[in-house]
Amino acid sequence: MSLLEVRNLHAGIDGKEILKGIDLTVEPGTVHAIMGPNGSGKSTLSGVLAGDPRFNVTAGTATLDGKDLLALSPEDRSHEGLFLSFQYPVEIPGVSMTNFMRAAVNAKREYLGEKPMPAAEFLKLMRQKRAIVELDSKLASRSVNEGFSGGEKKRNEIFQMAVLEPKLSILDETDSGLDIDALRIVANGVNALRTPQNATIVITHYQRLLDYIKPDVVHILYNGRIVYTGGPELALELEEKGYDWIKQQADAAQK
Amino acid sequence: MQSNSLKQYTDLYEQHGHDLREGSPEAMNRLRRHAHEFLTGAGTSLPRRGQDGYAHTDLNAMFAPDYGVNIGRLAFRADLPSAFRCGVPNVSSLMGVVANDIFGPGEAMAKRLPEGVTVTTLRRAALTMPEVLEQYYGTVAPADNPAVALNNMLAQDGVLVHIARGVRLPQPVQLIEILGGVTSPLLALRRLLVVLEAGAECRLLVCDHSAPADDVDGHPVRMASDTVVEIDLGPGAHFEYYDMQESAAATDRYACIAVRQSADSSFRSNITTLRCGQTRNDIIVSLDGEGADCRLSGMATAGGMQVVDNSTLVVHNAPHCHSDQLFKYVADDEARCAFEGLIKVQPGAHHTEAYQNNRNILASKGARMHTRPQLEIYCDDVKANHGAATGQLDEEALFYMRTRGIPVDEARTMLMQAFMVDVIDSITLLPLRERMRQLVSRRFGSPGDMCAACSPEVEP
Repeated sequence: MSLLEVRNLHAGIDGKEILKGIDLTVEPGTVHAIMGPNGSGKSTLSGVLAGDPRFNVTAGTATLDGKDLLALSPEDRSHEGLFLSFQYPVEIPGVSMTNFMRAAVNAKREYLGEKPMPAAEFLKLMRQKRAIVELDSKLASRSVNEGFSGGEKKRNEIFQMAVLEPKLSILDETDSGLDIDALRIVANGVNALRTPQNATIVITHYQRLLDYIKPDVVHILYNGRIVYTGGPELALELEEKGYDWIKQQADAAQK
Repeated sequence: MQSNSLKQYTDLYEQHGHDLREGSPEAMNRLRRHAHEFLTGAGTSLPRRGQDGYAHTDLNAMFAPDYGVNIGRLAFRADLPSAFRCGVPNVSSLMGVVANDIFGPGEAMAKRLPEGVTVTTLRRAALTMPEVLEQYYGTVAPADNPAVALNNMLAQDGVLVHIARGVRLPQPVQLIEILGGVTSPLLALRRLLVVLEAGAECRLLVCDHSAPADDVDGHPVRMASDTVVEIDLGPGAHFEYYDMQESAAATDRYACIAVRQSADSSFRSNITTLRCGQTRNDIIVSLDGEGADCRLSGMATAGGMQVVDNSTLVVHNAPHCHSDQLFKYVADDEARCAFEGLIKVQPGAHHTEAYQNNRNILASKGARMHTRPQLEIYCDDVKANHGAATGQLDEEALFYMRTRGIPVDEARTMLMQAFMVDVIDSITLLPLRERMRQLVSRRFGSPGDMCAACSPEVEP
């Protein structure tokens, strides 16, 4: 069974259709890259899979490990093993990182019928996972993402991913706003978390991140559809030739 | 339209004037006569909903039930205080209890108070320090406010906290006020007089609770309190006043907290409403001496059909005074909330700094918030600003938290709690700050029932 199966997914916002029939299959142990020009629907796809209530799904299915993803609340999608790394991580003044993570960890344990994690064990877990993305322990007492630099915010996303150990991670433009050092740290973190059982979808504009997180499959999303799927060499080709040839090809196919 | 609910109380005064005066200090009785004259004057009535300054609160309706008043000064069930566990325990060994309107000192308070510290009943104070009562009682709260006048007319006793010149009381004083122990509707007339002489320092925590018994029909019995707190701060005195209300839907409260500040005195207060029926707090501060400093904060967590209404008036009468106000509300369900704040800078109050901030969250479609910040400045050379904003919970933050697996209700609770963080952090009394954090979080987490630690355990 595939880890993620998306079939003919249509979705939109305020009556405007953005995803126009997405088909996507992700096997355990693989890294998929989804690339595409601005406005092609990349962030909508990640939002719809994570359950962002702003989007309406009008047709199609999506299953994670056989579970009907679209029937689940965002929190239950998380408990079932979905993780979304936000392009713009949200600042939550007044909620400390520690309380935030404790709530997240214990909510998942409760969902799985386990007891809350003992305090000492939790603190140890935080320490271990912070190390993966070299996140400063001082940030733990700060409010979630508040006053974090751009790099810290993205590292914080991967830290959360490390703690929650998802089956499927969607990294939405995780490279945006990162300098080369932060990019390397984030990518190393993602690579360190790879197992034969989990999978990663990297949504990105540029080839740059894919130098660090090597994809097995590259998809091109354009105008709400996956119009092209290939191997890692496709990313390089895009870098070289831009998106215009894909657009022309796809637009021609439409006619 | 409901009839004038003052009448039942002025009638009561006319029938039982003798009993009310009997044993009461002369300072109280003097006020009583004036109050009765005022309340029976043509056109005097308690404010109704919709009147200026009363967007959601109806004081006429609040006092309309056929409330009994404890004219006979009967002690209430002796076990009422012990049957009630306050949600903020062990803040201080200096603890006293006000059961309805009868004060009783806790063990340590009764045994030994530090030199220069007096916590006693007004009746006792009339014997031991009559000059304090004569000088201060009834001089700070506005006698032309009908709800204050009602208290002036009917109150028969109260609590005096007096700190002598230069005395600094290291531990806070805690007063636990409880309404309960009765099976028919009751109005408690409470009176608190706080006098800090020059250079004195004191912190006072008032926990306002109710433990309504059931009436004959099995409904919680209606109770209300009409409280007047008068605070006079001498030159350089420092006073912190914490007032935490966690009562019940069948319990209403009117409170006037009136403060007069001399030069270089400082006043900090936090007035929090966690649970109530209908609550109206009038907070009136008069900055009379140069260099006085006043920081008012407050918060309200209102759900169900609760009404929470805070009205502040800060008057700058002297130069170089500073005032700061921060009030935050979270209104859920069908709650009705109001904040009106007026900063008045009088002629001659140069170099005034005055700030006021009101922030609110409407957590449901049915909740309402009325806010009116006002500034009146009759003086040049003043720094003043005010702001008010009412919004909703941050949907983006909510979604972000949910994607991390935090269930939506818990995420909402965390966001509401986070919204209150700066008000909670402004509480300098550390055990109270910690306790408040828990109480607020539990308040948001379980809108239906009271938290376990605070629940009244009244035996059948």
